[in-house]
Amino acid sequence: MFFLIIKRILLGLITLFIVSLITFVGTEVLPGDACTTYLEREAYGAALEACYKRLGLDIPAHERYLSWAYNVIQGDFGYSLSGQMPINEVLGPRVKNSMVLASAAIIIGIPLALILGIITALWRDKLPDITISTVTIFAMTIPEFISATLLILVVAIWLEWLPGIVIVPTDVTVKELLPNIILPVIAIAMIMTAHMARMVRSSVIQVMASDYVQMAILKGVPYWKMVFKHVLPNALLPAINVVALTIAWLLGGVVVTEVVFNYPGLGRLVIESISNRDLPTVQALAIILASIYVSINLIADLLTLMLNPRLKTLQIRK
Amino acid sequence: MEINKAKVNKKKSIFKKISEVLLTMASKPSGFIGLSILVFHILLAFLSPFLAPYDFKAIDPSLMLQAPSSEYWFGTDSLGRDVFTRTIMGGRTALTITFFGSLIALLWGGLLGIFCGLVGGKIDDVVMRVVDAFLSIPWILAMLLIVSLLGTSTQVLIPALGFFYGKGIVRVARAATHDVIAKDFIVSARARGHSNLSIIWNEIIPNVRDAILVEGAMRWSWMLLGFSSLSFLGFGVSPPTPDWGLMISNARGLMSFAYWAVIAPIVGLSSLIIGINLTADAFAKALGIDRSTKAPV
Amino acid sequence: MSEIIQKVKNLSVGFKSQKGHEISILKNITTNIKKGETVGIVGESGSGKSTLALAMMGYVKQGLFKMGGECIFNSFNLLNMNNRELEKIRGRKIAMIPQNAGQALTPNLKIGYQIDEALKLHTNFNKNEREKKISELLNKVRLPSPETIALRYPHELSGGQQQRVAVGMALAGNPDLLLLDEPTTGLDVTTQAHVLELLNFIAKDTGTSMVYVSHDLGAIAQVSDRIIVMYSGEIVLEGPARDILKRPIHPYTYGLLNSIPKLSLAGLPGSMPGSQPQPGTKKEGCSFYDRCNLAEEKCKKNSPDLEYINELKTSVRCFNYKKLLKDKSKKQLSTSRNEKNIKINEILNLTDVSISYAKQKLLDQILNKITDTNPTVKDINIDINKGETIALVGESGSGKSTILKSIAGLLRTKEGNIKFNQDRILSNDLKKRNSSDLRAIQLIFQNPDESLNPNHTVEEILAQPLKLYFGLSGEKLKNNIIDLLEKVRLGKFYMTRYPRQLSGGEKQRVAVARAFAAKPDIILCDEVTSALDVSVQAAVLNLLQKLKEDFGTTYIFVSHDLAVVRAISDRVAVLYQGRLCEIGPSKNVYKFPSHPYTEVLLGAVLEPDPDIKPKLVAEDIVEDKPPEKGCCFQGRCPRILGDKCKNETPPWQIGDNGNAIRCHINIKELENIQNGN
Repeated sequence: MFFLIIKRILLGLITLFIVSLITFVGTEVLPGDACTTYLEREAYGAALEACYKRLGLDIPAHERYLSWAYNVIQGDFGYSLSGQMPINEVLGPRVKNSMVLASAAIIIGIPLALILGIITALWRDKLPDITISTVTIFAMTIPEFISATLLILVVAIWLEWLPGIVIVPTDVTVKELLPNIILPVIAIAMIMTAHMARMVRSSVIQVMASDYVQMAILKGVPYWKMVFKHVLPNALLPAINVVALTIAWLLGGVVVTEVVFNYPGLGRLVIESISNRDLPTVQALAIILASIYVSINLIADLLTLMLNPRLKTLQIRK
Repeated sequence: MEINKAKVNKKKSIFKKISEVLLTMASKPSGFIGLSILVFHILLAFLSPFLAPYDFKAIDPSLMLQAPSSEYWFGTDSLGRDVFTRTIMGGRTALTITFFGSLIALLWGGLLGIFCGLVGGKIDDVVMRVVDAFLSIPWILAMLLIVSLLGTSTQVLIPALGFFYGKGIVRVARAATHDVIAKDFIVSARARGHSNLSIIWNEIIPNVRDAILVEGAMRWSWMLLGFSSLSFLGFGVSPPTPDWGLMISNARGLMSFAYWAVIAPIVGLSSLIIGINLTADAFAKALGIDRSTKAPV
Repeated sequence: MSEIIQKVKNLSVGFKSQKGHEISILKNITTNIKKGETVGIVGESGSGKSTLALAMMGYVKQGLFKMGGECIFNSFNLLNMNNRELEKIRGRKIAMIPQNAGQALTPNLKIGYQIDEALKLHTNFNKNEREKKISELLNKVRLPSPETIALRYPHELSGGQQQRVAVGMALAGNPDLLLLDEPTTGLDVTTQAHVLELLNFIAKDTGTSMVYVSHDLGAIAQVSDRIIVMYSGEIVLEGPARDILKRPIHPYTYGLLNSIPKLSLAGLPGSMPGSQPQPGTKKEGCSFYDRCNLAEEKCKKNSPDLEYINELKTSVRCFNYKKLLKDKSKKQLSTSRNEKNIKINEILNLTDVSISYAKQKLLDQILNKITDTNPTVKDINIDINKGETIALVGESGSGKSTILKSIAGLLRTKEGNIKFNQDRILSNDLKKRNSSDLRAIQLIFQNPDESLNPNHTVEEILAQPLKLYFGLSGEKLKNNIIDLLEKVRLGKFYMTRYPRQLSGGEKQRVAVARAFAAKPDIILCDEVTSALDVSVQAAVLNLLQKLKEDFGTTYIFVSHDLAVVRAISDRVAVLYQGRLCEIGPSKNVYKFPSHPYTEVLLGAVLEPDPDIKPKLVAEDIVEDKPPEKGCCFQGRCPRILGDKCKNETPPWQIGDNGNAIRCHINIKELENIQNGN
């Protein structure tokens, strides 16, 4: 068990290492370097030289990678060209804002997905399943920018219930932020919930068809007790990993949603720094987003390890 | 003569199989709806240049933001262009690019996945690690970076989309291959002494083909979603080419005055994505593959 | 006459096909279960026997529905009750022991909890009493140290232990009726005999009525007072166990009993043509019509009723049962096989073969440590003669299939070599074997569902070896394929079919044809009949024997089923934990088993005869891996001598009958002890 955990953590770190290589090499092989890309037509003379100095582009690539990686491990992502300040300072409030948005979506989405998934599985092919399943198919296929746009049109413009566009400074406090995030959270949670609910549904259906559930029925176990004791623990365990993958995959959707709502988070920073051709910031963002992905999956792995009796007993034996 | 006949038979059976699968798909209401929507959109993509009542790029300031009327069925946009014309033509680029993108994704993802499933061991470990690493970079970041540095031409978009959406196919193809090579008929072929190539071609590919095709169909709808998001962010199709993502993005700012300019492309794009999705689901069911437990990675 | 506790009246259960037709899988079943009796329900797969047993608990599987009739338990009409009411009966009055306890125990709950759950639901015991009761129950099903077992998860127990837990759990509510759905299928021979013995003990001890469902007449014969034979969703014969087994008066039962290979009987079992019709395919008339050798014109049109014959206390569904009644010759129909003495003309020699599954770890490779001193298969020496059938028998984990794979070149041997035709050593590496060696050795697998590519037609499947080895094409290829199909008694029209369109027996015939397509010298048969129904198994065994006589092929036949091995093999090698225990001519090994393991194994075989009881000589302990040193069977040997067996590898001894055994006890002495018993 202990070794398994260590192994998973190591694998995650290896993935991050490869990601850092990919982003570094990626920005390296694409035409132009960070300075010429950023400065565009002004890329000559003193300005270019100063930029090279600042980013250390005058030293060989592998040394640059090593010192960059070393700094990243220390928590220093370098210097933002467009922000004209250390990337850490640019990132700080953005990370916080995006976290608020994402965690609100997850806190609403996961329980909702569980409830919907379980309901649709237990009432399979009956009215609740048919209605909910149809809605989830729509919810999971419509891209975020469409659902976000429609939300603004209907809720903010036609009904005038909530503000449509977030107009707050980047370093706003969480409390001020809250009323603004309702629509973005709905937009993100919708697609995520739909995906997860479908997975929970099929997992529960699979377990309901198992021999041990039939046995529990034949043992005379009351229905709801059977659902909670015999079905759900076994159905939700394998769903954990899949849910983690979904959450991680939907990080991309956060970017789009933030743009639609003009939300001052990481997603908008992605667009901004790419529009400004600010390669150091892009690199930093890639590493940060990849770390989030890797850690969500790691947490899911560890959770599964801890909850699975098969693996628990491995520990006792070893 | 004899061989020719055999070939004809084989071909016939492929057509027969395709028509059988299509019939099974259309026999369920959801599959029928999906297929009809998809066929409708494909026909529209081919025929819209001939059906369009106006020039899609004709700007007329005097006609700005006209509400839907008998003349302009879906109204006009902020530059006075006919929304109906632009809407029926708005799927052409997206459909073409994502269709070819999916083909590329299918090809490289499928082949690499089968290869990994076959060789196993260290090579497999290393390749899957790298694939995982690519997976952990949000597709949107990577796509945006590539597009912003290399431009938004078709030659950039198709391979880039094909590459990023092929990663998931690698996993599916690899898992399917893993399942198949443990089966006794592969063991039997190995024991008979067939060459590796003949085993891959005769025994493995026919058995993983269905799973990979279904995954490819699913990737198509996701790729369409991704591509439209790019367009929406201004990194996809360049104006004045009509494109739903771009149209939504342009009309969004003024939707409190002219909702029609937003609604029309939204309906177009949503219906296509739902159509492809329903078709892919029906396709999977017709081939007997349950893909609802898989994560969308 | 004792009281009836379960009444099944005109019960029909079916499902809706995709086209909306209602297809019945139980047709108009009427029967009674009396208090205290054990009723065996026997039938092949798809006969509806499990569905019937579940209906007796008021349970109909998802996708099925009741089409008519009722199941009345005491005064409860089970199929009309709602779930709330049924919960009070299930587990308390009627309990189920499932087929595969490994899958029927909830994986995330401890054994103790699962039994406690049943106790909580169905008794009024308080916590302490329940705890005591759990130990008591686990003790009753003879599980060692109940307290520790209760704290384990299901996956930590062996198959036999899981089955015992399921029995204990069923007893928790102290039920009046126990339903057993294939409770010993999938267990090893010796474990199976032990579980059956336990069930017999419980039936006597508690006086519970039992309904025992199985495809295995051997198991049914050991437990039942009365037997119900099912075919295609109908009861075709019902009566006292002894009568049914000794004098079956329905042609299906007659044929079924005939097709079971028996230890006491050399030669191949008689076979029945065809296979059981799929639900929904039946036309009018008797459902057994196509396969029956007593069939007449009227059987084709009219379906016979279940007729009760008072003097025999038996019900039978046949117009012509009297023909069988008159048939006084109780002689078994079995095709005698000429057990000719094979000339010593060795075709394959296995010399000191060892095979290891353990992969050497990277670290150990670097440190140059030899890790596996205890390989999965060790010291195998067998010389195989041209034209003989040699069988490798043993329980799961005996390494029999492993040896087969390494002969085929699919697994590398660790030590030793395999010599073909006395002149060349077969390479360890499949890729290095030449085409003629590859052609000479062909494999047939256990499960034809897995061994035939589902995407190929029969024609394509059979074309592969023909193209590969003989380069055939066009008309020649086609004629060859038709020829092969004829050999396995399949018509030309099978060429265009896909495996999923064939029955199990037909699929296995195609697999046999594919092996023979290569014109091989040796065919390796890996449990080739285990996945088939008994009546189909007999036909495949007969086919294999016929082909062998025609072509002079050598068979290496792996099976866990000792009776099947008896029927087909000339020589038999008994394996335990990858080590050879005994080898010799089949007739002698079966008549005079010398090695203690052979004795244990043969003693546990269940015969479809109420007069032959299994002999249980050793405990059914499950060992994960062979002992490091000494005799491989030391852990379970009933005749263990002590330290000598634990430390020294036993020597080979050859007895007068030609049996060679590996044991420390003198072979003469062993024979004496065993005859004494």
